Amino acid sequence: MDPQPVVQAGEHHHRRELHPREWTLENYAQVFGVSLFTSALINSIGIAIIATVLSVVIGTMAAYAIARLRFPGKGLLVGISLLIAMFPPISLVSPLFDIERAIGLFDTWPGLILPYITFSLPLAIYTLSAFFREIPWELEKAAKMDGATPLQAFRSVIVPLAAPGVFTTAILVFIFCWNDFLFALSLTSTERSQTATVAIANFTGASEFAEPTGSIAAAAVLLTIPIIIFVFFFQRRIVAGLTSGAVKG
Amino acid sequence: MAVLSSGYWWSAFGITLLITVVSVAIEFVLGLALALVMHRTIVGRGLTRTVVLIPYGIVTVVAAFSWQFAWTPETGYLANMLPAGSAPLTDQAASIVLIIIAEVWKTTPFMALLLLAGLALVPDDLLKAAQVDGAGPWERLTQIILPMMKPAILVALLFRTLDAFRIFDNIYILTGGSNGTGSVSMLGYNNLFRAFNLGIGSAISVLIFISVALIAFIFIRLFGAAAPGSDTEGRRLTWLSRRPEPRRASGPWPTLWC
Repeated sequence: MDPQPVVQAGEHHHRRELHPREWTLENYAQVFGVSLFTSALINSIGIAIIATVLSVVIGTMAAYAIARLRFPGKGLLVGISLLIAMFPPISLVSPLFDIERAIGLFDTWPGLILPYITFSLPLAIYTLSAFFREIPWELEKAAKMDGATPLQAFRSVIVPLAAPGVFTTAILVFIFCWNDFLFALSLTSTERSQTATVAIANFTGASEFAEPTGSIAAAAVLLTIPIIIFVFFFQRRIVAGLTSGAVKG
Repeated sequence: MAVLSSGYWWSAFGITLLITVVSVAIEFVLGLALALVMHRTIVGRGLTRTVVLIPYGIVTVVAAFSWQFAWTPETGYLANMLPAGSAPLTDQAASIVLIIIAEVWKTTPFMALLLLAGLALVPDDLLKAAQVDGAGPWERLTQIILPMMKPAILVALLFRTLDAFRIFDNIYILTGGSNGTGSVSMLGYNNLFRAFNLGIGSAISVLIFISVALIAFIFIRLFGAAAPGSDTEGRRLTWLSRRPEPRRASGPWPTLWC
């Protein structure tokens, strides 16, 4: 049987249905036809991964120090890192633009990676130190007893146990870098470092007045694919019970 | 002073506060529920977690546009489910509800993921012990799981509240701040970049910053010892010793320690 449209003539111009009547891949082809999009995708992936790795590594070390050590100025460090998270980013864009122009970081990968690390570190530090403090002290003492240096104990005992926190942080930081628009828009200008979110914003329609809704939607779908892959591989490290039974209660 | 004595600031402040409190509260409950589901799922766990996180992964502006499209009368598929002639984005109360829905949809995954990570730290044997002692599911949640997760909850709520208070994209696209739906960030943006009232705009930015700092301060005070950087030495041990000795059925020792 041939499915007949149940809408009355004249009405179907107004009534949109939940399911599309025709399927097309044309918009996807169009997205890759835009010369900038492929390079922007590569920039996005590279910048987001480098920023995530660096941010998580620095964040892990800082959080460990905050959770475990006593050092002067600890309260200040914790406070300042939260301050960065509270600062309205929009007010930092123009000074950053000037600074990066002056020192030649404008429109380069490091020019975006540095602000991303700065703004994702507070979340990384807070999440990770919440984790480290839940890991029993005794584990480090045991490791030390077995002759491990503090760095060894940190690297091969504590970090693996904090894996759920580390990978949660990595996912959140990656999504933050991936979805950023403000910095990417103002600190890049050419295909050397322009990211995919900015590339979408620069899409143009068939004519000057046509909104390129189709291309934008297709590009938005393409943009979520790396996130899905990233999350899918990292979430499996978020497992429970890593510390259970490590210390006799 | 011109800002603080203006009705615009206070109405925007009220709207922002309302959106922040309601959406963060809903997100917390939903996020906790999702986290518990993700934590317990065995079949298709990777898929569940990935699917849950997708809304957070979609570029905010694009997501906001698709919401706006969906609620537009005549063309939107969601607007068509409402009684004919209603245009929800032109009414203050309805707009705020829709803004909250969009916000909750978008950021519940953030909350869920952080809470899931916190759940991973709750020892299973403790829960089993409580079960043996006759604690029901609700008691186990409120007496054991939530207190154990306190640091994770603090981080999740704190960062979400800070972000929610600075809500901009969703409102900007859904209503543009019309009909009394503008947040404080909208007010700041309009003054700085539309009206070029640099003085007023900067004052608003500073006020937003102070409000956010105040929120952070209240949160850290409320959670006290669970905040990062506070002294916690031996906390876990004393906490454990107050509990009955957990039964260790074939102890799930991590392979690392074998």
